[in-house]
Amino acid sequence: MADNKDTIPAPLTSEQRRKVLLGMAAAPALMVPGVSFGNAQFPTAKVNTTKLAVTDTEVIVGQLHSATGTMAISETGSIQAEQLAIDQINAMGGILGRKIKVIKEDGASDWPTFAEKSKKLLVNDKVACVFGCWTSASRKAVLPVFEKENGLLYYPTFYEGLEQSKNVIYTGQEATQQIIWGLDWASKEKKAKTYFLIGSDYIWPRTSMKIARKHIESVGKLGSVVGEEYYPLGHTNFNSLINKIKVAKPDCIFAAVVGGSNVAFYKQLKAAGITGAKQFLLTLSVTEDEMLGVGGENFAGFYSSMKYFQSLDNANNKAFVEAFKKAYGPKSVIGDVTQAGYLGPWLWKAAVEKAGSFDVDKVVAASPGIELKTAPEGYVKLHENHHLWSKARIAQGQPDGTFKVVAESAELIEPNPFPKGYQ
Amino acid sequence: MDAFKSWIARSGTGSILLLALLIVVVFPLTMDIFRLNLVGKYLTYAFVAVGLVMLWGYGGILSLGQGVFFGLGGYMMAMFLKLEASDPEATKIQSTPGIPDFMDWNQLTELPLWWEPFRHLPLALIAVVAVPMVLAFIISFAMFKRRVGGVYFAIITQAVALILTVLIIGQQGYTGGVNGITDLRTLLGWDIRSDSAKYVLYFVNAGLLIGVIALCRWIQMSKLGTLLLAMRDKEDRVRFSGYDVAMFKVFAFVLAAGISAIGGAMFTLQVGFMSPSFVGIVPSIEMVIFAAVGGRMSLVGAVYGALLVNFGKTYFSESAPDLWLFLMAALFIGVVLAFPNGLAGLYESHVKPWFARRKAPKAAPAAVEPPAAPPPSPSQKSAPPAALPGGVQGQSA
Repeated sequence: MADNKDTIPAPLTSEQRRKVLLGMAAAPALMVPGVSFGNAQFPTAKVNTTKLAVTDTEVIVGQLHSATGTMAISETGSIQAEQLAIDQINAMGGILGRKIKVIKEDGASDWPTFAEKSKKLLVNDKVACVFGCWTSASRKAVLPVFEKENGLLYYPTFYEGLEQSKNVIYTGQEATQQIIWGLDWASKEKKAKTYFLIGSDYIWPRTSMKIARKHIESVGKLGSVVGEEYYPLGHTNFNSLINKIKVAKPDCIFAAVVGGSNVAFYKQLKAAGITGAKQFLLTLSVTEDEMLGVGGENFAGFYSSMKYFQSLDNANNKAFVEAFKKAYGPKSVIGDVTQAGYLGPWLWKAAVEKAGSFDVDKVVAASPGIELKTAPEGYVKLHENHHLWSKARIAQGQPDGTFKVVAESAELIEPNPFPKGYQ
Repeated sequence: MDAFKSWIARSGTGSILLLALLIVVVFPLTMDIFRLNLVGKYLTYAFVAVGLVMLWGYGGILSLGQGVFFGLGGYMMAMFLKLEASDPEATKIQSTPGIPDFMDWNQLTELPLWWEPFRHLPLALIAVVAVPMVLAFIISFAMFKRRVGGVYFAIITQAVALILTVLIIGQQGYTGGVNGITDLRTLLGWDIRSDSAKYVLYFVNAGLLIGVIALCRWIQMSKLGTLLLAMRDKEDRVRFSGYDVAMFKVFAFVLAAGISAIGGAMFTLQVGFMSPSFVGIVPSIEMVIFAAVGGRMSLVGAVYGALLVNFGKTYFSESAPDLWLFLMAALFIGVVLAFPNGLAGLYESHVKPWFARRKAPKAAPAAVEPPAAPPPSPSQKSAPPAALPGGVQGQSA
């Protein structure tokens, strides 16, 4: 049982582990890599009562990301991480004795295409679950389909919250997990009293800044907001914003600028002399992936609030990073969402094994309380509201483009997609 | 009998009937509901392509902003459906129950006044067609009265598409922003997501499309259609004959806008959401491609064009997720190089002569037989500009 734990996460709940250990005498071959054992123990008729694409040897899952279009750069990491997890699970013998087979569909950065493809995966291919989506817009487009067809979606991106569906497991942070602890840290460690909020103009930054403002002004009483600005997606001219920042002189710039705007934003900040050495800046939207475009020299000294950084110093993460680089090249980087994507198949595996079934209703029922003890980000647990309990972390950008973790919450932070007092 | 036969041939009724047979009988019998729903979605784009045949093929006015009208029609429908889905019971988790969820997320505490009419289906249905047509009237009246045309008009329509996209994305508290208006459930209590509803909506959609094509064909055969053609080929001559050229162009533009809007509304009903990704420049140009692939002179060809391109898109992206964009590009380049007049042009230049050759030897008996033999009746599809089709006689008036 414990043999391959050091290199591969073993996402069993403790309860389940106990059961497995107890059953070891009866089924000695259990969990030995490569041995197909499940079909006698888990007959297809029993583990699949809802006509999913599950055979005696195989279970088919869907993967729905943008492989083309403007989002491809961001989503590629998730595609790779999910595939890596699935390959690792298959190498361990699969789930309930069945190998996972993936049907890949391309959402093409186009929300209606996401809806069409999700319907195809659920209705035509009868996949047991889907790993996919990245932007909120794509998730909103597929959500009615998943609810109508009773599918199961593992969604990896940190997002705005305000959503909780029976048919979705959210493996990224929701807004309060990412924001509140970070702001408290800024107030305590950096003595920030005045905050300037900046975001791209869509639902995630808007909601995040709404929560930030409430926390700064009333709930956490950290100080005051001296500016709040939004720019259209793809906006690249931040000169007027920089002038406003110079006038307002905030202790903390709190930013959620996304995509190509990020590159222009940090370059222009640096050109205007606002650098990490002189100004405290905390962002919600720069991971290792964005860093590639922004450039370490432009982001050096600024801080990012995420739950995962590639440089996290623990054995699980080292094994994960090594496996990822082995699969996708030594230059590949792993951002927060990539790691969250990696958790999806493992969480699903644990839930299926706990339920003893691939049926969506049973997997969903088994999901709350699922733990991954050896996830790269550390111990995580699935909350009843389908989000993960996870730690919050702050890391500082280095000139070479890596992140140095400078702070970490002591406890797991409870996910709270509908925060009271922040509406 | 001969008069009737020649009318059938001239009016293109045969090819319209064939199309109707295909989409009302053949598709529903051969496809499961998932594929049929996809075809229903493609057919909503066909509305836009049909509108473009009237506007571009017949009127000679290229618009690269038809997504604006498709999108507006879709949004009008989506607003009604969203209000119905946002009853206080379903939205009790929000800080202000009873308003659409995206308004609540954007700190709106009451429904904006201009959303109120969309609580009523009749008003919403009127708005679906009226709002895009009024906008089209304003744009085209302002342009054509100043004799702005050709490439300048095309650029302005693009600008309108861009403006509307920015407006919708920027005003997300009122429009749903980038996400669009999602999670639409029922129409007057009738669950539009169920399979039976999908069948009904498919047939409503198909019926509307056939109706629109018949209407357009009727316009083409009337004096009005002839004038549109004349205007396209010799605008000055028509003007000097005493016609108000600008108003005829406005008519063509408003007509195409209204048709596109119907398609948009049907899209929302069948797909279940509307987003700004249909309003922008890229989808607008894609819609021009549908018409170009089908043949811009042929109403029926435009429908086949929309079907072919979208089938291709779905098929290629399902079978080759990594390569599909290249395959699509190859399809477009192939069509444009091999048959610049689209599928209808291919029919005119290859299929029709082939039928004619086969028919020629037994021309005498054929005159007695009913005209059922060759499937689509000739002459309707895309008469090349040189030979004026249809109701040329009207010109003498």
